[in-house]
Amino acid sequence: MTRSTMSLSSGLLSRRSWLAAVAGLCLGLSAFTPANAADDTIKIGILHSLSGTMAISETTLKDVMLMLIDEQNKKGGVLGKKLEAVVVDPASNWPLFAEKARELITKDKVSVVFGCWTSVSRKSVLPVFKELDSILFYPVQYEGEESERNVFYTGAAPNQQAIPAVDYLMKEEKVKRWVLAGTDYVYPRTTNKILEAYLKSKGVSQDDIMINYTPFGHSDWQTIVSDIKKFGSAGKKTAVVSTINGDANVPFYKELGNQGIKATDIPVVAFSVGEEELAGIDTKPLVGHLAAWNYFESIKTPANTAFIKEWHAFTKNPKRTTNDPMEAHYIGFHMWVKAVEKAKSFDPDKVIEALPGIKQANLTGGVSEMLPNHHITKPVFIGEIQGDGQFNVVSPDDPTKARLVPGDAWSDYLEGSKDLEADWVTLKCGNYNKITKKCGGQGS
Amino acid sequence: MFFNSDVSRRIVGRIKRAGAILALSVTICSGWSGVPAHAASFEDDVALFAARSFADSETAVSHLQVSGNPLAYPIISALKDGRLYADEDSKKVFIKGTDSKIVDAANGQSVATLPDSASPVRLNNRLRRTIDAALGSLTLLSPDVAVRIQAAQSVFKNHEESSLAPLDAALRNETNDTARKALAAARAAVVLFKTDASEADKLDAVATIKARGDQDALALLSGLPGDASPAVTRAATAAMTSIKGNLALWSTVQNAWYGLSLGSVLLLAAIGLAITFGVMGVINMAHGEMVMVGAYTTFVVQETIRTSYPAAFDYSLLIAVPLAFVVAGAIGVSIERTIIRFLYGRPLETLLATWGLSLILQQAVRTIFGPNNREVGNPSWMSGAFDLGQITITYNRLWILCFALTVFVILLAMLRFTRLGLEMRAVTQNRRMAASMGIATSRVDALTFGLGSGIAGVAGVALSQIDNVSPNLGQSYIIDSFMVVVFGGVGNLWGTLIGAFTLGIANKFLEPVAGAVLGKIAILVLIILFIQKRPRGLFALKGRAVDA
Repeated sequence: MTRSTMSLSSGLLSRRSWLAAVAGLCLGLSAFTPANAADDTIKIGILHSLSGTMAISETTLKDVMLMLIDEQNKKGGVLGKKLEAVVVDPASNWPLFAEKARELITKDKVSVVFGCWTSVSRKSVLPVFKELDSILFYPVQYEGEESERNVFYTGAAPNQQAIPAVDYLMKEEKVKRWVLAGTDYVYPRTTNKILEAYLKSKGVSQDDIMINYTPFGHSDWQTIVSDIKKFGSAGKKTAVVSTINGDANVPFYKELGNQGIKATDIPVVAFSVGEEELAGIDTKPLVGHLAAWNYFESIKTPANTAFIKEWHAFTKNPKRTTNDPMEAHYIGFHMWVKAVEKAKSFDPDKVIEALPGIKQANLTGGVSEMLPNHHITKPVFIGEIQGDGQFNVVSPDDPTKARLVPGDAWSDYLEGSKDLEADWVTLKCGNYNKITKKCGGQGS
Repeated sequence: MFFNSDVSRRIVGRIKRAGAILALSVTICSGWSGVPAHAASFEDDVALFAARSFADSETAVSHLQVSGNPLAYPIISALKDGRLYADEDSKKVFIKGTDSKIVDAANGQSVATLPDSASPVRLNNRLRRTIDAALGSLTLLSPDVAVRIQAAQSVFKNHEESSLAPLDAALRNETNDTARKALAAARAAVVLFKTDASEADKLDAVATIKARGDQDALALLSGLPGDASPAVTRAATAAMTSIKGNLALWSTVQNAWYGLSLGSVLLLAAIGLAITFGVMGVINMAHGEMVMVGAYTTFVVQETIRTSYPAAFDYSLLIAVPLAFVVAGAIGVSIERTIIRFLYGRPLETLLATWGLSLILQQAVRTIFGPNNREVGNPSWMSGAFDLGQITITYNRLWILCFALTVFVILLAMLRFTRLGLEMRAVTQNRRMAASMGIATSRVDALTFGLGSGIAGVAGVALSQIDNVSPNLGQSYIIDSFMVVVFGGVGNLWGTLIGAFTLGIANKFLEPVAGAVLGKIAILVLIILFIQKRPRGLFALKGRAVDA
């Protein structure tokens, strides 16, 4: 239906757009000398949803890419060529992601694509990138269990977000009882499977783990919150590890606040709640609940301050927040630029080979490195929600000197996955089985 | 031996108690000035806040709590609210008052301005717990009953031995019954966890806690250390079993309440559709977007109030309700006039047209207000919760239930007693006959559709209090709304009411057993089966009107 509507509207508008194109052409001819011919620019694809349910998160990433490209062009572009952004809208529609990716690579001839948010959209574009041999930079924290030659994962793997968060709760809050609450899809399910195995390896018994899944956009949290309250009254310190995604978070936190569950009683640590998501809630009843990320806007470093200032100037909005996936795109984009300069070519094969080993300073004071498994090293921060909707880093003590954790594509805590290794430099394989010594092992 | 040590312990306890009471009364006496007992260390303790370490801050709080210094309470409460500032270089600590006046925390003297290098002392949850415990024992003698009860509650949770003396003092002066109970329970908690309390005292404590009988009591008893004496352990286990049985009973009541509350949300979402789809027979896929328009109207009203009359914030919803009705109703009338009136009797086309319309409205809102959630605040009378027996009832859910029922009654009365209602019923039952009686049917159509949309807008005001205000708000309610109307019986308002509450309650009793995802699926399957048996829903219209 969407397609027929589109062709209908383009048919209706064709005369007007034709007129506009002619007018634009005339203007262009009169205003510019033809110095910037099309083949002098290098195209960069931006594949983020600008409409539909995911628009809330992904629109920001499109904006930050435009800003990064603009900034690089002001510095003279890459290898003497200007960069040009090609923005498409896959409209939160997973099959459309694959279609738009194909369009970007074959029709627009982009050298690299930055895009996707949900794991299902990434899985849907994977075959396209493999077949057409292009590069995708994926900026969001995800469940791991994947390493592809054509994809570079600049978001966190579970060992860079979920496991350190659980460690923090065990050590600092002495948590003994765990609620793993998530939205019902692949990221929470896999992450919770890893966490469950990890908790059991630390001696937590099955009775002390409660797992709960809810549908996307769940809005009536009364029963679940009161179940959590009940589960938490067994005399052992209890915490909630939340992989609840998207819109469902707001009513969840509202219900927590209303039922009077304070962070001092049952803290909630979330992996999908950032500055952007908190913008829709009054955070005063939530002070003290936690989030684990690899970047927080509130971390004070010169690089971060400059980035935020530039972001506000670029969007002409001094209130726009910055968040973790934005930083991932910042790192990914600069790594790509460095790899192109190292390879002296925009050819995807040469860039893919040049990328492992590239180092790029992140915004919070460390230097991230692209690893042979196409994941990067990242610092891990635990932040507490503040009354103003920002996060206050409570671990590590000095966020600017945080230790960098290398991303692990295959979890060490899952059967089947712990024997696998990804290495695109020496082994040239994304799922090498260390036991059978063969490429092509199966994950969980 | 035993006797002797017991006596000496009692004496020591009494002396300690007396000391603590003295310290407490000193704390409360704000006019008191002089040299406190720990004068030398007080300033050092305060300076610990400037060390920027959570552990040091914790030490400082626990020292301040027993210092007896009148500044201890202002310092700790400022720390809790994030109004305590520390300067790392000069090791100076400042309190920023609620009136923005700056005071040096070490000596209570006013300071003109905060140094630039000072920043708020950071908190984490462990520190917050220490603060709550400290404030608990410092506010046990507060003149405000509510504060005393809260203090007793926080002592109950933390059950620190140092709180025993202030508790005894507070119990002696307490006149309010509720506060007295809370204090007694708190004292029992402390005694139960005190290593050197006698067995008889501990058994008494278990009985007191058992009488409290709520979830906190259960949590406290199950956290009892393993080295307690057999008699105490036995009593505690028995108490836990009895509390658990009691709570299981209450949880049924609670499920019923949650069901009513979910039912009221379903009713609100569906009631507008009961008019446009139920009475008029228009398959209105843009119904959810009318709800969204109502929610965004609330947002605009609140923004306006926030910027121009912040004092009137509590009335924002009262202002938003009529406005949302007018805005959504006007949009409804214009939709009916421009699109739907050409499509009467063509359900498939109506479905496609209204579906397209819903996408247009969503994208329009996304363009105007942005794709992000918008913050709609709860007015103070809709925040928080109260306890009824052993269940917690949140105010916002209670008000939404009342509101849903009010809207229902008003709508019912309107259809029955007003001229417009009469005309509406006439037109929907027999259009040609109504027209021959001189009713302007097309005007009635437009008004009916406007009424349904307006009611949806009013529902949006209520739903903005519990859900996201985002362009997708409407989508999440459209399926549920159709479900309720079809289940209840098309064309019957009472059916919508009964249908909404039945589905709500069934859902909430299934959810604890089957989980949220399976529960929802089970409900859908049940409805499909039900519709097979009774295709016209719970309350089917009978007679000649049905196929007219």
